[in-house]
Amino acid sequence: MLVQNLAILVLAGFVGFAVISKVPNTLHTPLMSGTNAIHGIVLLGALIVLGLGATGTLDQILLVIAIAFGTINVVGGFLVTDRMLGMFKAKEPRE
Amino acid sequence: MSWLQDPVTIQCLYIVAFALFIYGLMGLTGPRTAVRGNMLAAVGMAIAILATALTPGMGNWWLILLGVVLGTAIGIPAARKVKMTAMPQMVALFNGVGGGAVALVAWVEFRQTHGFAGEPAHVSIATLFAALIGSVSFWGSNVAFGKLQEILPGRPISVGRLQQPLNLLLLVLGVACGVAVVAGGTSEWLMIGILVSSALLGLMVVLPIGGADMPVVISLLNALTGLSAAATGIALDNTALIVAGMIVGASGTILTNLMAKAMNRSIPAIVAGGFGGTGGPSSSGPTDKIVRQTSASDAAIQMSYARQVVVVPGYGMAVAQAQHAVREMAKELESKGVAVYYAIHPVAGRMPGHMNVLLAEADVPYEHLKEMDEINGEFSRTDVALVIGANDVTNPAAHTDPGSPIYGMPILNVNESKSVIVLKRSMSPGFAGVDNDLYYDPRTSMLFGDAKKSVSAVVEELRAL
Repeated sequence: MLVQNLAILVLAGFVGFAVISKVPNTLHTPLMSGTNAIHGIVLLGALIVLGLGATGTLDQILLVIAIAFGTINVVGGFLVTDRMLGMFKAKEPRE
Repeated sequence: MSWLQDPVTIQCLYIVAFALFIYGLMGLTGPRTAVRGNMLAAVGMAIAILATALTPGMGNWWLILLGVVLGTAIGIPAARKVKMTAMPQMVALFNGVGGGAVALVAWVEFRQTHGFAGEPAHVSIATLFAALIGSVSFWGSNVAFGKLQEILPGRPISVGRLQQPLNLLLLVLGVACGVAVVAGGTSEWLMIGILVSSALLGLMVVLPIGGADMPVVISLLNALTGLSAAATGIALDNTALIVAGMIVGASGTILTNLMAKAMNRSIPAIVAGGFGGTGGPSSSGPTDKIVRQTSASDAAIQMSYARQVVVVPGYGMAVAQAQHAVREMAKELESKGVAVYYAIHPVAGRMPGHMNVLLAEADVPYEHLKEMDEINGEFSRTDVALVIGANDVTNPAAHTDPGSPIYGMPILNVNESKSVIVLKRSMSPGFAGVDNDLYYDPRTSMLFGDAKKSVSAVVEELRAL
């Protein structure tokens, strides 16, 4: 599995470079906050470790904090990106 | 329903999820498709979370719910209320919590497996890498947030000459603890050693960096958090984490490079710190040079007779909240048949593209926002260039004075236009602490005062014409 995962890692890096290079300056702030939301996917890591039976009070507290952190990252990130992108308008309405 | 919990089904859902991330990001290449792109990425995230919830043997549902509810209760109001000028620190904060989550998961994994006893080496290496980077990112991002929010002083804070050796020592200490764990050490103090030394490293690296360089740092930390997420994915054998994390790592790297180039700074020099204040005053004494002052009514007349006006906005405009007044002014000018464009330097504002967001908030159509390369040829055909709260990005010394700290930095060629009006609070120099010869050019006139008040006064004069 390790070798396959490393292959995926490298390919994803190239895909990332190819896709992101095409984003114009205008959208760099939303891009940054959007990719920021995507790395909130670490939430999955916290879910797996807690869900598959982490025991001990300290460990569970730490994981609940990690899940809360991840959720802030995901929910906040996507919402704020949406808010920003909603402001970009092509033409003003003719009055 | 058992097929739903089949590992193959779950893997396929992860593939759907990361395909949506990539497709969503492709949407971000144009303002028209961007909103949908962001939503597709969010749907991808929902699918990835759902797939994880389906994993056989999942439990502790109440605790999971608690964490999710807590995070949602904090995240939604924060995202709804944040002002557009405060966007850089918001991104820093969201980035920080992401890094924090990575570090916490790594710590618990260490505790659950009793120091990775019986785990393959790649699991422990990837997890420890994630712990180190995640912790640097968490603490570094929080310092960046504090500086941008002005809770911490924006000027560089450092311990002087010892800074570099100290940072290196912290890094070596963290890595050494990691190596000890991989070599079979199971003491939890080793793990705590990694987390503490990387936390200190995060603080020590970001504290000496001046406010002007902060956007580059946030972008760099964003890339690091992405890479740490990818490492967590390797450890947990989770493709969605690997792909998403790596894409963020790549995008953060690209943006960091672009910004550093636009600011004429190398990334190592920024991380080494100490810029933004240490430049010192320029040697040329400004006392013997003449500055021409103008009034709102003169500026209004000058612009109303122009064929083309280019507005050059800087962060000063955003601080003064003058965007809406500027938009009003542009409307008045357009109604008089004047073409109005906005020249956006790549680092105008506090992060790349920040100025575009601020102007979009003021309902400026994005076709009127011109990037540096696009507008630089236009200045020679421009009658009036109106510089609002921008300084270093208009300084001709970047082209002419090899001794200047900003020599070689790409700038907007404002000095090529037929006349220049600079709106400025006072004659103080910009971030780089460099005097701007543009202000003493015979074609330049200065309109001193608060940007919002000045622009509003110009709007009144335009209406009265």
